[in-house]
Amino acid sequence: MADIAFLLLIFFLVTTTIANDKGITLLLPPKPDPNEPPPEVTKNDKNIYKILANSSDQLLVEDEPYKGTMEDLKREVKEFVLNFGDPTEEGIIVYNSLPSPMKAEVNRFGKRLDSSDDPTECVVSFKAARGTSYELYINVLDAINGAYNEIYAQRVGISVEEWLALDKDDDIQKDMYNRARSNIPRAISIAEPDK
Amino acid sequence: MSKFKKSSNTQQEIPTAALPDIIFMLLFFFMVTTVMRETDIMVKQQLPRATQLTKIERKSLVSYIYIGEPKNTAQYGNEPKIQTNDVFVEANEIVQFVSQEKDKLSEVERDQITMSMKVDVEVKMGIVSDVQQELREANARKVLYSSVKKAEI
Repeated sequence: MADIAFLLLIFFLVTTTIANDKGITLLLPPKPDPNEPPPEVTKNDKNIYKILANSSDQLLVEDEPYKGTMEDLKREVKEFVLNFGDPTEEGIIVYNSLPSPMKAEVNRFGKRLDSSDDPTECVVSFKAARGTSYELYINVLDAINGAYNEIYAQRVGISVEEWLALDKDDDIQKDMYNRARSNIPRAISIAEPDK
Repeated sequence: MSKFKKSSNTQQEIPTAALPDIIFMLLFFFMVTTVMRETDIMVKQQLPRATQLTKIERKSLVSYIYIGEPKNTAQYGNEPKIQTNDVFVEANEIVQFVSQEKDKLSEVERDQITMSMKVDVEVKMGIVSDVQQELREANARKVLYSSVKKAEI
């Protein structure tokens, strides 16, 4: 009996692949309507954080060649989003809803008038060329997502790991998730590469 | 003298009566956790590393698209190819694939379909963005770039 069980056990041991379905999520924009002209960009230029990648995997961030690491990029995106340069009414509400350590951090970053107005307005735009490697694309996307996740996690006072592990089927955790996300949209725009 | 004789009548063997039970327990554990691989992946799959990973909430809503250099380069060449289910497809066949996958779901869930892109690190963005354009066309807008956890430095 034990022999047969052993045999089966070894069979299942060998065939088992522990599934690892984890990754970076992204919501693609809806398909453009051919009857309507492409929407005009009404955003103020300073509210758009532009990241470009070329075919030799070089980055152009805010119109300047970028040499720093992905960690630096993450920090810069975070500073950009949390820059309350010229906040709208909604932006002021967002600012007041932040916990005090985060307000202190925002004040430490300083308010730069040439950077974004407030988190409700800003957009991070990332455009990769056809020849850009997928690895770089994922690294940049990871950095941008990392910046937003840090903001959300800080806003409700948990660590980034806890934020990523939030279970949306649980009401309390879902409420926390919505509280963190409210009025700070994860505005990541992935531009189509040129043909 | 015999007073100090070592008493050596203790049993040396491990009792094996419970062994089959333990083996059965392990067996059931692996039987339950095993997912039989449905598709035979024909492209290289070295997934990129990232830190901000989220887990898929509902497995039934996920369909997979594999992109990478074919393993059998003698037959298929070394240009990256797209694989869905068990076959290589061209980018313009993705729409058809998505509608097939959507048909498997109930009507209320069709818009929540998530496409898990398993893309090899060596692939260039061109083919990936072609697939993304097709996914927009097919109205399957939730995309998951499958990646593995980067070790903390």
